Amino acid sequence: MSEVAAVANPEALIDRPVRKRRARPLRFGAVPSRATRSVILIIAAILFLAPIVALVEFSLRVGQPVNGVQAHGFLHYLAIFDPASSGTYQDLFQGIVNSLIICVITVIIVLVLLLPTMLLVELRFPKLRRVLEFICIIPITIPTVVLVVGFVPVYSAVVGIFGSAPWTLAFAVGVIVLPYAYRPIASNMAALDLIVLSEAALSLGASWGSVLGRVILPNLRRGIFAASFITIAVVLGEYTIATFLSRNVFQTALYQLQHTDPYVGAIFAVLALLFGFILLLIIGRVGSATRNRTSA
Amino acid sequence: MWLGLLPFLVYVVLFLAVPAIIAVASGFFDSNGVFTFANLKALTQPQILNQFIASFGVSAVTAVVGAVAGSIICFALMGTKPDGVLRSVVDSASSVLAQFGGVMLAFAFIALIGTEGLLTKLLEQAGWLQNPLNHFGTNGTLLYQVPGLTIPYLYFQVPLMVLTFMPAMEGLKTTWGEANATLGGTRFTYWTRIAMPILAPAFFGSMILLFANAFSSYATAAALISQGGIIPLAIKQATSSETVVGIANVAGVLALGMVIVMVLLMSGYGLLQRRASRWQR
Repeated sequence: MSEVAAVANPEALIDRPVRKRRARPLRFGAVPSRATRSVILIIAAILFLAPIVALVEFSLRVGQPVNGVQAHGFLHYLAIFDPASSGTYQDLFQGIVNSLIICVITVIIVLVLLLPTMLLVELRFPKLRRVLEFICIIPITIPTVVLVVGFVPVYSAVVGIFGSAPWTLAFAVGVIVLPYAYRPIASNMAALDLIVLSEAALSLGASWGSVLGRVILPNLRRGIFAASFITIAVVLGEYTIATFLSRNVFQTALYQLQHTDPYVGAIFAVLALLFGFILLLIIGRVGSATRNRTSA
Repeated sequence: MWLGLLPFLVYVVLFLAVPAIIAVASGFFDSNGVFTFANLKALTQPQILNQFIASFGVSAVTAVVGAVAGSIICFALMGTKPDGVLRSVVDSASSVLAQFGGVMLAFAFIALIGTEGLLTKLLEQAGWLQNPLNHFGTNGTLLYQVPGLTIPYLYFQVPLMVLTFMPAMEGLKTTWGEANATLGGTRFTYWTRIAMPILAPAFFGSMILLFANAFSSYATAAALISQGGIIPLAIKQATSSETVVGIANVAGVLALGMVIVMVLLMSGYGLLQRRASRWQR
């Protein structure tokens, strides 16, 4: 309905049930027509799917084109499982394993260092909240490619203490992850009044242990969950730190594969993008569940 | 109680403060470890200046195009249910592409518009043997040159715009549209007199964020261009070899230059974001 028609015929507006108006909040102003929306979104979808489609097509190519016709098949997919070629992909599988180990340790860093600090600041030192937020946002302002210049000498010390095993990268990656991990936990905390919750529990005779374990953490599980998932996504996509420190992780192995077997590189790139998409889709669904609950 | 803050503090000092300070400060020391300002003249070398200019160029083009395209997508998403399937898919896809891409995005674009790419081949088969994709300038394939970076960069810039600009778009109140309609305004006056002025700070703030994002991004460029050409690639080269003859710790000098640019950009973003947040309550 155009706005002119709405002014001319106000009953048309009043007739609309309230529920419907909440579902489509902006009929007068910024909301596009159905046709406009479809055209824009379809064009965007085509443009954004094109490289992914090309990646899949590339991974299915078999041999060189004959008379301009490219044959397709699952040859490269089967090659991954072929014992004869296991040597070719050894670095890739090792890189994936390394990345998964780094994922686990980075999530532990988030849960053991960041989360308790955020809780402590929220409950005991609210004045430090801005400071903590500022610290956690710094890694956005200082690009990773700048930080790694400093990581190189820092890691010569780290190697002296912990050795040069790939998992040590988690210390550096944990810093890169801070902004991403901080935000979902912070917005979950902002939706609760942790002080009131914990004082209520304490006045009912709960110990601090059960306040944490049975009141605070269960209420924060969505934020913690989202922070962990986004940490995993960031770690699996991390390339800069690993190249500068010459460690083998998933992304650096993928990059190497581009020169030896680009087809298998394409397969794993598709799988990784899909995996990241699913992780973030889950975060999105969990996040919207949080919104529903707090608005209810 | 204060002790509880200590572990995180130690971690942040060791792995954030120390590396950041080392990175920036190393530019002020010569090869013998003596303090000097002499290295800063690396910033005046034409080869470094040109790479800064190239970085600014790629960042500016992708920030402007990304901001416009991203806000058009935000506009198309207006009025859809925030918890609906469409928005969940768009949000998740945007987050993946904005944060996760790197090497994999480079692969996808090699498969699309690289020398053997799907689109490149299609154009060749259509009879356009020397198209802009495989004969850009005199240097061959567009994707492996600095101007070609704009294409894969847009692939993460547009999603970042959708993520950062959507909250501002959603802050537009229904009542403003109704007020405009009852006062006899058209959809055109709604956009020019109400929505655009309100969205302007958020729009330009997001554009600055996009600029900063492209300026600091490394992985995609590293996977596509081997000979360098933008500042993050120059830092990598400077850590492995002496890129400017007679000047030590060029990587530190470049890191300092990047940080100065980033701090300026992020303070601009912060200012505009504060203005924009007025309308998002």
